Amino acid sequence: MQAVIDYISSNLFEGVAIILFGIGFTTLFLHPNLIKKIMGLNIMDSSVYLFLAAKGFVFGRKAPIVTDGVAEMESYINPIPTGLVLTGIVVSVSVTAVMLALTIRLYWRYHTLEMDEIMQIIRKEGK
Amino acid sequence: MSRVRTDYEKTLWRKIVRFVNGEKDLFDEQSGFNVETEELEDRRHRNFFEEAELNKKKVQIAELIEERSEETEQRAVKLYERFYRLFAVITCVAIIAILLVTVANLPDYGDPDNPANNEVSKKYIEDGIKDTGAVNIVAGMILDYRAFDTLGESHVLFIAAVCVMILLKIDPDSEKGKRFISLENDRAYEPKNDPILVWATGILVPIIIVFGIYVILNGHLSPGGGFSGGAIIGAGLILYLNAFGFKKTERFFTQKTFSVVSVSALLFYSISKTYAFFTGANGIHNIISKGTAGDIISAGLILPLNICVGAVVACTMYSFYGMFRKGGL
Amino acid sequence: MINAFTFVLLGFLIICAISTCFCKNFLTSVIIFMSYSIIMSILWMVLESPDLAITEAAVGAGVTSLLFFVTLKKIHSMNDKNNEDNKAPMDEKEKDRSADM
Repeated sequence: MQAVIDYISSNLFEGVAIILFGIGFTTLFLHPNLIKKIMGLNIMDSSVYLFLAAKGFVFGRKAPIVTDGVAEMESYINPIPTGLVLTGIVVSVSVTAVMLALTIRLYWRYHTLEMDEIMQIIRKEGK
Repeated sequence: MSRVRTDYEKTLWRKIVRFVNGEKDLFDEQSGFNVETEELEDRRHRNFFEEAELNKKKVQIAELIEERSEETEQRAVKLYERFYRLFAVITCVAIIAILLVTVANLPDYGDPDNPANNEVSKKYIEDGIKDTGAVNIVAGMILDYRAFDTLGESHVLFIAAVCVMILLKIDPDSEKGKRFISLENDRAYEPKNDPILVWATGILVPIIIVFGIYVILNGHLSPGGGFSGGAIIGAGLILYLNAFGFKKTERFFTQKTFSVVSVSALLFYSISKTYAFFTGANGIHNIISKGTAGDIISAGLILPLNICVGAVVACTMYSFYGMFRKGGL
Repeated sequence: MINAFTFVLLGFLIICAISTCFCKNFLTSVIIFMSYSIIMSILWMVLESPDLAITEAAVGAGVTSLLFFVTLKKIHSMNDKNNEDNKAPMDEKEKDRSADM
């Protein structure tokens, strides 16, 4: 019991990020539908961003915007994870758009989004 | 000039080539070598019925084999699926368990002595306002210290827009495109005249776009910057498109607008940053003064670079939506 | 150290992620994904990163969900009551389109 309380109090955000990663990963593996797979990949993306931002946070410090000319490390959180995640969020949108475009092309070709049925059609055509 | 021969297929050289390629027998059509033709014909007539029966049997056997193989294949597919599911569940559970145990051994959340808070972030925070002139340390970091990272990232956005264009673009002038568009409803792309949507959009869109411009222009002073402001402007344009239709938006945003705006923004970004790359790390700061921190016009190149990134992001978001919706801008 | 508000937000985050994956109807699951993004953008504020909060609210909740909506409209599964209807045989329009593409 004490171990669980220690875990929650020390690394709650990181633990939640890993659980979200697991949910997204499982969806990506096990759901047959392509749109659900893309959603799972999006959840994985944001869980990684949550992990990074949680690593940069420090208790009692503020957002990295200089106020009143105070430029000391003791008053602001770590700005590096924020900068990394900011670029990552926008890239994940463009990746999602490209994947959805490919999905639409697949639907036009095979008239289904279930991965199993697409694989069966491909196997039949290949004979 | 040599004469064009029409009987090229019948020449000896051509026959030799075809024989070497294994397509046809060299002496098949030459009667002098086919002495046994008549005899063969005879034999064929005699064997006709036997051959027919044989063929029937062959077809039956082939069908049987096919059925068998289909059955076995289906069984194999089912087995494979069961194995895949089991293996996937085991993999997922194992990965989550390993990562959760690893997280337990990480340094504490929110601890000031974390190894992540090292001299790099100290340098960025303490010298940031002196080096870049930007009050927002994150903006100064991603557009000055690490500007090349952001350059590549805006190129990623542009390439993604081009990829979506390749995949979903429909040419309305070609035969295929005309048939494709006629299959859809005629008013599919133009909205119904919905008074609530039109009035609400008329009030909201100017506010959204002005807010987006504010977020872009204040990127070095307050939270925000090119990425978020560009996304806000793109969302406003999408709302306008949904309310008023493609005919209205074509007056100010076509494919040409997209290419001109994003390519010129990317070119300006590349030139202004590679200049510093060639002349030494801080070359251009000697020409453009950083101004007093906190003013709108300050922080050197960060303001124009924010505007460039915002333009690229807004164009990309709008073109994604247009491509998905109609197959064109 | 971590207040109750954060606990509630993280709980909602996990619930939203699970129900996004298990929901049968596509439209509902996209809307739940949208609320997931909004909760995420509040969490960025808790983590003192306002830049990320603005970007996530505009990009994650706005543009990504819009793209999902348009995709659902393209594949004609917006009006379906459940997944079963997706497997209905394709109509004439679909056949013509498949001949085109």
